[in-house]
Amino acid sequence: MKISNKQKKKLTPAQQQYQEFAKQREPKRPVLKNCLKAFFVGGLICTLGQALQTIFITYFGFNKVTAGNPTSAVLIMLSVLLTGLGVYDHIAQWAGAGTAIPVTGFANTMASAAIEHRSEGYVLGVGGNMFKLSGPVITYGVFSAFVVSLVKIIIMKLGGM
Amino acid sequence: MEKFVWAFIVGGAICVVGQIMMDVFRLTPAHTTSTLVVVGTILGGLGWYEPLVEFAGAGASVPISSFGNALVKGALAEYEMSGIVGVLTGIFEVTSAGISAAIIFAFLASLIFKPKG
Repeated sequence: MKISNKQKKKLTPAQQQYQEFAKQREPKRPVLKNCLKAFFVGGLICTLGQALQTIFITYFGFNKVTAGNPTSAVLIMLSVLLTGLGVYDHIAQWAGAGTAIPVTGFANTMASAAIEHRSEGYVLGVGGNMFKLSGPVITYGVFSAFVVSLVKIIIMKLGGM
Repeated sequence: MEKFVWAFIVGGAICVVGQIMMDVFRLTPAHTTSTLVVVGTILGGLGWYEPLVEFAGAGASVPISSFGNALVKGALAEYEMSGIVGVLTGIFEVTSAGISAAIIFAFLASLIFKPKG
């Protein structure tokens, strides 16, 4: 757990020593190995997406723009299914960001939150907690999209871009 | 065939950026994905994300950063059609399929599956 400098000043010398000690003893993360795994799995998921997109364009008459919708829907369905079967979390343990960053990771957080909280009931448990893990993405995505759009509109009105 | 290679490389590269944010900068997965979405909205606003999608296909449209780009794209497209209110009504226009699908399938999953472990 990272501690800000402000909090650090409040700690007693003994606590500070312990923080230093804990920092030294923390196992080094194999960054390069993790990055290779993330690259491989993330790349595979995107290649699968590309394959689905190609299938939708070739056989179902979608065009380049509209094919995005069924593609992400199928990826999300697969991800939710694998999450329910308990497979996705095993892959995620190994692949790290490779499974968290693609849209499948977003579906995984929603499905796992929904399944985990079903014991608390379908309204307050499933309904209330479904967005518990994926909420930040939607909140910050929408707010920042709002700000970016307004800035862009103002710049366009002023005659730039 | 070339499309698949670029989808693999670009998609993998975006995931490596995420992995570095988690391992080197010690961000939680939620912080990482939120940051990438915000980066996606900014790149979308600058008009730099669409060329990347054009080039890498699903390699750029499957990672979560494309969610940010799609939010901006929807808001701006609807602004062209119906003025400033379009920013509010259009924001989920492009991403609607993904979010609806995620809600519907996640709910179905909660009916069918029991928690593991």
